[in-house]
Amino acid sequence: MSHTQFALLSNQAIAVCGVFYFLALMAHLAEWAVGRTVPIDAIASGASTTTTVAAAEGGGTTVTDTLVDVDDDSADRMERFGRVGLMLTVVAALAHFVAVASRGLAADPVRVPWGNMYEFTMTGTLFVVIGYLALYRRYKLGWLAPVVTGFVLITLMVDVLLLYTPVVQLRDSLHSPWLIIHVVAAITATGAFTIGGMASVMYLIKARWLETDHTGDKAGYLARLPGLVQLDQLAYRTIAFAFPVWTFAALIAGPIWAQAAWGKYWGWDPKEVWAFITWVVFAAYLHARATAGWKGRAAAIIALIGLATLWFNFIGINFFFGSGSQHSYA
Amino acid sequence: MTDPSEYTNVRDRARSVAPLAPREFLRWSWRQLTSMRTALILLFLLALGAVPGSVIPQDSVDAVLSAQWRQAHPSLTPIYNRLGLFNVYSSVWFSAIYILLMISLVGCILPRTRVYLKAVRARPPKTPRNLSRLPEYRTLELDAEPSAVLAQARAALGGYRIDAHTDDAGVDSIAAERGYLREAGNLLFHVSVLIVLVGFATGSLFGYTGGVIIVTGGQFANVASQYDEFNPGSLFQVKNLKPFSMKVTDFDVKFIRSGREVGMAQDFSAGVDYSLGDDGKSQHTRISVNHPLDLSGTKVYLIGHGYAPDVTIRDSTGEIVYAGPTVFPPESTTFTSSGVIKVPEAKPDQLGFLGTLYPTYAFTMKTGPFSAFPDAKNPGLSLQVFQGNLGMDSGIPQSVYALDMAGLKPVKENGQALRLTLLRGETTKLPNGLGSVTFNGVDRFVKLQVSHNPSDWVALMGMILALTGLLGSLFIRPRRVWISVRRKGGRTLVEVAGLDRSAGGNLADELDGLTAHLEEKA
Ligand code: HEM
Repeated sequence: MSHTQFALLSNQAIAVCGVFYFLALMAHLAEWAVGRTVPIDAIASGASTTTTVAAAEGGGTTVTDTLVDVDDDSADRMERFGRVGLMLTVVAALAHFVAVASRGLAADPVRVPWGNMYEFTMTGTLFVVIGYLALYRRYKLGWLAPVVTGFVLITLMVDVLLLYTPVVQLRDSLHSPWLIIHVVAAITATGAFTIGGMASVMYLIKARWLETDHTGDKAGYLARLPGLVQLDQLAYRTIAFAFPVWTFAALIAGPIWAQAAWGKYWGWDPKEVWAFITWVVFAAYLHARATAGWKGRAAAIIALIGLATLWFNFIGINFFFGSGSQHSYA
Repeated sequence: MTDPSEYTNVRDRARSVAPLAPREFLRWSWRQLTSMRTALILLFLLALGAVPGSVIPQDSVDAVLSAQWRQAHPSLTPIYNRLGLFNVYSSVWFSAIYILLMISLVGCILPRTRVYLKAVRARPPKTPRNLSRLPEYRTLELDAEPSAVLAQARAALGGYRIDAHTDDAGVDSIAAERGYLREAGNLLFHVSVLIVLVGFATGSLFGYTGGVIIVTGGQFANVASQYDEFNPGSLFQVKNLKPFSMKVTDFDVKFIRSGREVGMAQDFSAGVDYSLGDDGKSQHTRISVNHPLDLSGTKVYLIGHGYAPDVTIRDSTGEIVYAGPTVFPPESTTFTSSGVIKVPEAKPDQLGFLGTLYPTYAFTMKTGPFSAFPDAKNPGLSLQVFQGNLGMDSGIPQSVYALDMAGLKPVKENGQALRLTLLRGETTKLPNGLGSVTFNGVDRFVKLQVSHNPSDWVALMGMILALTGLLGSLFIRPRRVWISVRRKGGRTLVEVAGLDRSAGGNLADELDGLTAHLEEKA
């Protein structure tokens, strides 16, 4: 295939993956819409018969009443929608991968697919999806599905509509093996921080919801979210993974590259400033989890602040500071 | 709730107590400063304090940009100057934040190291009497003898520090603990943060960076006076400047011609002839981004480029009073560039020009003149002309990129301030017989950064150590496991209990694995 054909392929693949993410999102929304009447302890087919029995024995409390209403069907359908959604996400991720890879093959000479913001964002979202799929089984991430597919879909839409760039060669300063190392690490950390941030959002939502006393609710999306402890743990684990990776990307590989390109390990250029801010905020997050009075909600908020600084640096900074930054290609 | 009367009593008593003795006050302050809460708040302040430096142009990042900003905001500039906002990262208040953080850090590390050194050789705590109270607890019954079960358990607990115990009732058990290195990792991380800072500090004390702008064909010798910007560390001695000289022979650039990045410089490199020492032989090389010139520790980087319009100016007498290229720093992605030409020799009055260069001159009624492309395809020069006193002999050093307007007034033609527009090769007469201006064309200039940083590697090594410590701190999972065994009805009753001492551990899985192992092997 020629370079232009690869460029075309990338554009088509990104459209295809957008469609599939959309379908996956729809499937997951349907899953949760159906799930509104399914009690959390029901397991598809078979399980609901036992709940019916239990309800018959237990008699008239509100909780068991809802249980009685459940038919086999909804629980079944819910699970099926969930599975379809997951499969669609996998297909979308494959198309997404093709889109990223063919961007690199489209350039002449062939290069890594991160020469500009369009490509960074495309690759960053791919890493979010890969992280989600990799952890899906281990942490039973079904509940995160609508958040991930929704986030990726919207971010890709922004990317295609606002940031699209035809394939061009890499700029001089980007010709360095450290670029590959630096960017792979930065994007990996971004993906993991993002998943951690999603868990933190869910933590805050669930904490607020629990406060308004829904402890009796046995169905619906929020009831189905993992407990606060698990959400906090998931956020901590992904962030604890991302933090050293970010340390390496932003404070080791980045400076080595900058030294080679610009003669300074660290120049306080806006992109560097914000990478540093992100690092400090997540260090504060790790501290907060070990500090009395800052655990839980405060820590979750700090994680979200950290995530905001990260994405601001990824996308926003170029609009604000334009060519003032040496990193402004990114 | 405290009884209100009791509360009043306490308050009353508090009032009669002597004020804190200075020593106690010091101790109290120290405890506050080195608390986790203070560390957290200081971290936030550090993050917040870093923000303005990304919004306001910094002298140390781009001196030209910050000079332009100052000129455009005359009322804010003195306030910002006062607050150190053009040099945030070396300002008093930013330094105060991180110095406090460092003091807090030292105050945190020292006691923790003392505690840790004692704990390093500690044995696992004795088996608690009631294991079922621990967060993780399981029991199982096995046929094997208690001693065999414990032997198997020992074998399965690789990497644990293990002690055997027998309690008063004759029940055998083992106590196991692992993860002693986590705290060491955490301490290493925090100490390394200090090392990074020390590296930074010594680097900026003993090293220097300098920026110099050279028009192609121009020469440079490595002495302080030849730099446009020279930032030596406080302990750097000018006599340590490495003797070398160089000449920029040519400059090559290619601009991207299409796409969103149209007009970005893609390949650029400068040819230089350089010689080391006073009488060294001249050698030729090319410098480009990622490929600096390394003169045994002193490195020369190509970090920017732009245009220098070549003009010839004659005064009222017809004498050539100014000739040659003048550096115009670029202001936009299409290299619209602006600069200043000062002609102190002109008669009868000194002349000053505020100029804008459009490398590819284009014009519409709506936008006025602009540059359509960064390459010098059709350069146009627009000039505002001033006459009077340039103020150059007032003794105060002047920026070469700004005119001191105090002694100048605009040259007018038909009552309007004069604005000249010249395309390459054109000459225009100034009104009132003041002389003429010829725009001969453009030369290129390069911006080079010369730096010598003897201890950058210290900061980098510190960062790598920090990362190592961090990995240990985050992923070593300290935990304790106890296993007790007793005979009961011809079988062995095994109790397994564990305590996770880290965040994000997975002790439950590990205990499941352990019990499965025992069931299989014992
Ligand atoms: C320069 C500023 C500092 C930075 C960047 C920093 C960073 C970090 C990071 C990233 C962690 C997480 C490691 C882990 O969870 O195991 C951590 C943990 C910790 N830091 Fe700091 N820290 C700083 C200053 C301090 C200070 C001043 C104190 C003392 C008051 C302190 C006390 C601690 C403690 C006790 C932990 C362990 C928390 C735990 O058990 O999870 N740190 N620090």
